[in-house]
Amino acid sequence: MTSIILLSIFGIVQLFLGFLRSNKVLLPGVMLVLLAVFGANLADWNQAPQSFFNQMLTVDHYTVAFTGIVVLTALLLLPFSRSYVVAHEPNLAEYYALLLFSLVGAIMMIGYDHLLMLFVGIEILSISMYVLAGASKRDSRSNEAALKYFLMGAFATGILLFGIALLYGATGTFALSQIAAAVAAPANASLLPMLYIGILLMIIGIGFKVSAAPFHFWTPDVYEGTPTFFTAFMSTVVKTAGFAAFLKLLAVALPAAQGFWAPTIQAMCALTLLLGNVGAAVQTTTKRMLAYSSVSHAGYLLIGLVAGNGSLTGPAANGIFFYSLAYSIATVAAFGVLKLVADHRQRDDYAGLNGLGKTNPLLAFVMTVAMLSLAGIPLTGGFFGKLFLLTAAVGQGHIGLVVFAVIMSMVGIYYYLRPIIAMYLRPAEGPTADAVPVDGLQSFTLGLLALLTIALGILPGLLSGIL
Amino acid sequence: MLTAVLLFLPLAAALLLHFTKGATTRALALGATLVEFALAAFIAIDFTRHGSSAYNLDYAWVQSAGINFHIGLDGLSLLLVLLTTFLVPLILLAAFRGNYENPSAFYALVLFMQTGLLGVFMSLDAFLFYFFWEVALIPIYFLAGAWGGERRIAVTLKFFLYTVVGSLLMLAGFVYLYLQTGPAAGSLAAHSSELSAFYKLRLSAGEQSWLFWLIFAAFAVKMPIFPFHTWQPDTYTEAPAPATMLLAGIMLKMGIYGTLRWLLPIVPLGVSQWQKPVIILAVIGVIYGALIAIRQRDMKRLIAYSSLSHVGLMAAGVFSLTQIGLQGAVIQMLAHGVNVVGMFFVADAIERRTGTRLLPDLGGLTRRTPLLSVCFLVMLLSTVALPLTGGFVGEFLLLAGIYEYSAWVGAVAGLTIIFSAVYLLRLFQRTMLGPDSSFSATITDLTGGELAVFVPLIVLVFWLGLFPGTFLHISEPAVSSILSAVGR
Repeated sequence: MTSIILLSIFGIVQLFLGFLRSNKVLLPGVMLVLLAVFGANLADWNQAPQSFFNQMLTVDHYTVAFTGIVVLTALLLLPFSRSYVVAHEPNLAEYYALLLFSLVGAIMMIGYDHLLMLFVGIEILSISMYVLAGASKRDSRSNEAALKYFLMGAFATGILLFGIALLYGATGTFALSQIAAAVAAPANASLLPMLYIGILLMIIGIGFKVSAAPFHFWTPDVYEGTPTFFTAFMSTVVKTAGFAAFLKLLAVALPAAQGFWAPTIQAMCALTLLLGNVGAAVQTTTKRMLAYSSVSHAGYLLIGLVAGNGSLTGPAANGIFFYSLAYSIATVAAFGVLKLVADHRQRDDYAGLNGLGKTNPLLAFVMTVAMLSLAGIPLTGGFFGKLFLLTAAVGQGHIGLVVFAVIMSMVGIYYYLRPIIAMYLRPAEGPTADAVPVDGLQSFTLGLLALLTIALGILPGLLSGIL
Repeated sequence: MLTAVLLFLPLAAALLLHFTKGATTRALALGATLVEFALAAFIAIDFTRHGSSAYNLDYAWVQSAGINFHIGLDGLSLLLVLLTTFLVPLILLAAFRGNYENPSAFYALVLFMQTGLLGVFMSLDAFLFYFFWEVALIPIYFLAGAWGGERRIAVTLKFFLYTVVGSLLMLAGFVYLYLQTGPAAGSLAAHSSELSAFYKLRLSAGEQSWLFWLIFAAFAVKMPIFPFHTWQPDTYTEAPAPATMLLAGIMLKMGIYGTLRWLLPIVPLGVSQWQKPVIILAVIGVIYGALIAIRQRDMKRLIAYSSLSHVGLMAAGVFSLTQIGLQGAVIQMLAHGVNVVGMFFVADAIERRTGTRLLPDLGGLTRRTPLLSVCFLVMLLSTVALPLTGGFVGEFLLLAGIYEYSAWVGAVAGLTIIFSAVYLLRLFQRTMLGPDSSFSATITDLTGGELAVFVPLIVLVFWLGLFPGTFLHISEPAVSSILSAVGR
């Protein structure tokens, strides 16, 4: 709760600081704020669960853990904002303020206990994102991305709201625990169709936010058009918060309706894995590949939802937590490197990475670790993320789905190797062969990201069963 | 504690290499591997006196999921650890010859790989085993990909995809086994991924039937057994010499070792169900590899196919499920490791001097290179399995085991001795003897440093050939316990 208050206050303060128009003040300021928020969040660990706003928001282990991921992600991402923000000086403070506000939305999505809180959280997060997608005002692709994201997002929000309304109609309440009771023992069986349609519409609404197939079509275009810095934010924070919300909805409010939603989620999961991985395999630019791969990771996380089984502390919830953390860190690293390279070399296809192993060993190493983690190769956090999720799913008897996921991750290895091949095995040619400039803070952050990924891969026990 | 030092010393050295330059780099890399070998030798001596219990190390790794960091040694592990620690310094010496670009990264990857390999041979926990299994793969991918020949990118990609697909199937099998252990409680901590817990599982024949292929997939690709071998000749040819030595000398043994330790005792019913098809595939590999080797013009390719043929024999020996066949596989793992590293070193030495490894371009080298040709001949005759060499002991025991399983299969597999004599003697004749080539006047003999690589190899060839008992005694209890777990 302290984190929400801090973020809101400093978001507004940040807007006032915008008069200074100096990145030398603003960037460290935002980083300090996020550090404070991270600390305040950690201070809530191991406290008795607390409720706020008339039991609409709970701060418990679940909330603290996922909030930790989103705040940490944002914090680790910020050093890469520098070169982008310098080029667009006038709106500096607004972007930072929007980032802080969007985190408020993310935390509300994670901690909600009441569907209104979920809706408000999603809106706060989404509206910030619509704006940030169009942050590069003079770039027509960025404008297109913002418009596309906004239109599709607005529809999805409408659908989600409709679903919430129907759910309310069927159960007479917005509170998760009361919905669970009402679904388990329906007072009026004739309302069941309304309930089911409501669940379906909510799944569609949230499925859009986390870019699960078949509601993923916006993802590649929006990711490609959005400035890389904000793409990284979108593909990590929004996804983590979305899945935390999704799991809570299915596991806390609707376990009694599992017979209805489980097949739907399973089908979505298989489709997402297929379209995400096959889509990523045929891409020619690194950024679009990462966009499609982000769809595929939604597929792996959906496996966790399938195995959720009505618990926020079991193997599946822990798996989703660990996977989100490993995925977020690796994605920030990948987008961070990609942004630095693309800014300098003015191209974001695979060939743009050629010879990076020679010119920038650090960047190449970090990118390699990130790719291996996303591919799920041991020594990295991604491996244990996949292992925990798949094990949880096999434990619930979803063997077919897991086999399919394993086959799909073989496809994944193919396309995650392509940047590595470009960086180490192909020589750089022509004017792109000189080193990419990286400042000290960025080097430090990249090193930290690689270190965190490897630490998660070597000592997963530290964070694997904490929920 | 000593076990942990043994496992992580190469890794620590690899990290340190990053901060060194020039001669220091070489000294550090070689020094670390020599210390490592001394450590392994010390453990081996201590082991034969006091038994293995002192070398068990068991820590909770992922407590919430019942996964332990459990490493330990038995006779089988010990022999492979000895082989690895013995070969890696020699492989490094070979790498020193080669003048590879960015040497400290090259050596660091070799050392990194050593930790992965040792981890594979020492793990007693399924997920730890898988972890090291993949850890060993990453450095070899970069070694082959970054320093390899012209077609390296396509070839290493193929290699990586093949092995990873196999590994993932194995992982799926392990996850299934893992969930069968312990009470089926809601928390993962109720399960265990210990090797011993897997051994205790009582699985139905139907389950074992498909689990067999899930787990065997990884080993079959790594060995490689026919028809999972298509990555092998290309990768061996394109990879730089030290990487090829690592692949053929040690990494290939991961497949055999895995079969012995992780396949036979865990799914014994599956093994007896699929024993026949696998042996037939293995023997097809023996004949097929030998026949193709006869037609090769490239030295490295020839040795690659010969290695394919020899590993087929080892696989057949393992699946004969006889004491003698398994012991033969153990000895042959050591002998083949030594032989193949020696052979690739010869090929590398010739290529460095002449710039070619094509048989038609070579010939008549022996007049100016007596030392090289003697070393070459020893390695070659051991590979052909001449009595008194290590290769003979291994192949004899293997063929005896296969013969015990079926006389017909044994007879067909025995053809390998004739075939390997054909292609290897032809290899020697075309390169060292025969009409003079443009190089026969200018080629230089082995240097002292190169001789230092060959001497230990030759010593071991004869040690294995004359006193195989040294090694057979170490592995015997382990092999017996594996066989008793299979129910033979």
